[in-house]
Amino acid sequence: MFKRSDDDARAPVEIFVDGVSVRARAGDTVSAALLASGLDARRATAVSGAPRLPYCMMGVCFDCLVTIDGVGNRQGCLVPVSPGMKIEVQKGKREIGR
Amino acid sequence: MRDDYEVAVVGGGLLGSAIAWGLGRLGQRVCVLDEGDVTKRASRANFALVWVQSKGLGLPEYTKWTVRASDTWSTFAGDLREQTGLDVSFQRNGGFHLALGDKELEQREVLLKRLHNQPGSADYGMQILDRAQVARMLPHIGPEVSGGSFCPLDGHVNSLRTFRALHTGLAMFGVDYLPEHPVSSIAYAGGEFRLATAKREIRAAKIVLAAGNANERLAPMVGLEAQMGPTRGQIVVTERTQPFLPHPITTVRQTDEGTVMVGDSKEDLLDDAVLNPSITSVMADRAQRMFPLLGRLNVVRTWSGIRVMPKDGFPIYDHSTTCPGAFVACCHSGVTLASNHAYEIAPMVAAGALEAAKVGAFSARRFHGSAVSTSGYY
Repeated sequence: MFKRSDDDARAPVEIFVDGVSVRARAGDTVSAALLASGLDARRATAVSGAPRLPYCMMGVCFDCLVTIDGVGNRQGCLVPVSPGMKIEVQKGKREIGR
Repeated sequence: MRDDYEVAVVGGGLLGSAIAWGLGRLGQRVCVLDEGDVTKRASRANFALVWVQSKGLGLPEYTKWTVRASDTWSTFAGDLREQTGLDVSFQRNGGFHLALGDKELEQREVLLKRLHNQPGSADYGMQILDRAQVARMLPHIGPEVSGGSFCPLDGHVNSLRTFRALHTGLAMFGVDYLPEHPVSSIAYAGGEFRLATAKREIRAAKIVLAAGNANERLAPMVGLEAQMGPTRGQIVVTERTQPFLPHPITTVRQTDEGTVMVGDSKEDLLDDAVLNPSITSVMADRAQRMFPLLGRLNVVRTWSGIRVMPKDGFPIYDHSTTCPGAFVACCHSGVTLASNHAYEIAPMVAAGALEAAKVGAFSARRFHGSAVSTSGYY
């Protein structure tokens, strides 16, 4: 759905999405990297389980909630990627203790 | 002239709605006179427990009244669901009061003994459990939890959905819900009540004062009284998390939709528009010591609310002798007692008299005797 700009010369950053290696770029937010990855990154909402993707990309809508390095309910649009980061698409409510 | 209504219920909070729903269910012609959205809606700030344990010290009849409510709550939830399609998520698999440290557990044991020694109380099965017993039922407790008390009759509910179900049900029963109708004065003449409201005069053959703390002002207009002593409480709410707390605790519960509520402060300041972070931080700290995993959750809301609270903590139900047909009803536990208000109080109002055997002990006349004191346990 999304295509990287040909003029984007930023350095690649390897992250893992549900165990799959993904090539993001330095400066990407987790949400941007997920949208650009081509993977099915739809989370499931906490109560009804409806599918959602990142929407506002500026920290307001909370539709980008994702588990990052074992911590649930992080706002992916506010967290820059870092090398080796482990992302889990969050299905439903955050787990207690994560 | 024909009355507008058989019964006018003054107050559209949880208690007034439950009584009006019960009256509507009996086919009565009813209106609910409510204030507007800018007023303090005390009953909406509740903690949503349907709670039995530790209640009734100082008034044994209150234990029976509470157990009766607990016993009929599932029927109440079922009736609401059948009528409105709304599931209020009533859960009654027992609840805990947790103690941090040995001293708190000893205090709880003393309270339990005093309740047991009180003649005329219903036995509601409250028992003290040690730490190991608690841990078997609540695996996530922290190291400071020394034990607690458990009562199999305790439960909780989605109270906002209950409120919505009641109002949906009121409309389906043909009850007129009239917001922006604050009552300024009530006159009784010729067997009829005339209620002056901000909009127009309402006439009714009977009235039920269900205005919470405002009952203190309204009751004397019809020969009744309601001595109130409201307090403020604050509540902290976390983000939603997977179910981890299988039983409600007096101060911590996980809602059906996953949020965790922390509550139970008791303050004299009656401003519900401000918070006191030094109090909420103590509440959050205690909750986190009970369940250390809570420490990882984000807090998404905090709020304060005013408790409807009769002066001694026990309900007030009364029927006027000088203005027959005028009733007053107010209590702290509007969620727990909602089933009684629908199935017991409403039929009594429809019949025109309170049943002394069931609610005689809750007359406000008790405040006239010197024997009555505030027990602090409700």
